[in-house]
Amino acid sequence: MKKDSSAATRPQNDTVEYLLRLGDDRLVLGHRTSEWCGHAPILEEDIALANVALDLVGQANLLLSAAATAENAGRDADALAFLRDGMDYRNAHIVELPNGDFAFTIARQFLFSVFSMVQSDALQRSTHVDLAGIAAKMFKETRYHVRHSGEWLLKLGDGTDESHRRVQNAIDALWRYTGELFLGDDVERRVAQQGIGVDPSSLQPAWAAQAGDVLSRAGITTPDVAWMQRGGRVGKHTEHLGHLLAEMQTLQRQHPGASW
Amino acid sequence: MTKSETSGVGRPRPADSQWPLWEVFVQPPGAEPHQHVGSVHAVDAEQALQNARDVYARRGEGVSIWVVPSSAIVASTPDDMGPFFDPGNDKPYRHPQFYKVPRGVRL
Repeated sequence: MKKDSSAATRPQNDTVEYLLRLGDDRLVLGHRTSEWCGHAPILEEDIALANVALDLVGQANLLLSAAATAENAGRDADALAFLRDGMDYRNAHIVELPNGDFAFTIARQFLFSVFSMVQSDALQRSTHVDLAGIAAKMFKETRYHVRHSGEWLLKLGDGTDESHRRVQNAIDALWRYTGELFLGDDVERRVAQQGIGVDPSSLQPAWAAQAGDVLSRAGITTPDVAWMQRGGRVGKHTEHLGHLLAEMQTLQRQHPGASW
Repeated sequence: MTKSETSGVGRPRPADSQWPLWEVFVQPPGAEPHQHVGSVHAVDAEQALQNARDVYARRGEGVSIWVVPSSAIVASTPDDMGPFFDPGNDKPYRHPQFYKVPRGVRL
């Protein structure tokens, strides 16, 4: 196998790799959602999005802590969150995209939240005891995220001409990023065999049914996509992740070990 | 166009440009009655419920939420203070003061 410069920080086993993928999805999306704090269209929605961001970052904290424990290399969740470079991040592309307008934010939130809900429901039966416990908490929180973003999708999609156009544009732009969520590779197949994880390809039918139901009720069509974007699970990211991490990590990198 | 048509002064404005107002009541853990905790703006009942949950129920405050359109609330006015609420302390027969509670009975 070809050696690359991230070999020193590459996780050594499948469990660590899998937990990083789960944790990084939520850490990056939590950060994106937190960018709305102070800028949302109404006060109640500002608080709602901040709540969602807090939930996601809390989930990431638990997942990255579990990854650090499994890795057993002296790192903790903070070290994983704030001191890894972009090529060592394992999130899917969809969560690192910029927030765009409110319609794009809500559409992306909805598409990921349905995936997360179906995924965490399945992970409650994980043979990894910590992960099963984390998944139970995630499932409860994510059901509300689906309810909240789904309700907005219905209001905006079946709303004014402008709101409908913005949601349709958002779904048209986002659809090519949804495939990556369900692309299973050897890592996921091995952890699924051990009962620790869930092969994401098995989640696709439930996701398509639930997401499709809300989208059709909102009057939104989904585009035909010839090629689904991918690469995040092996550290190949869009140009957006670097900028996100530069903001997210700047404090810890300038003042290593700083705490409240 | 005359000045009064183009200037902001004198142009009619909606009384409240925000979404409808809803009053929020949260029931604390322990089966106590719902308490009024504040209000939210929302376009419909589902959104009012979600907004109330996000604004008033994130720190273990409650186990149940009621949201009511503010327009549905009928309230007494300050003018009613006297006729409605003046206590009848000068009417001892209104209060159960002459009953002796038997020993062992808990009030």
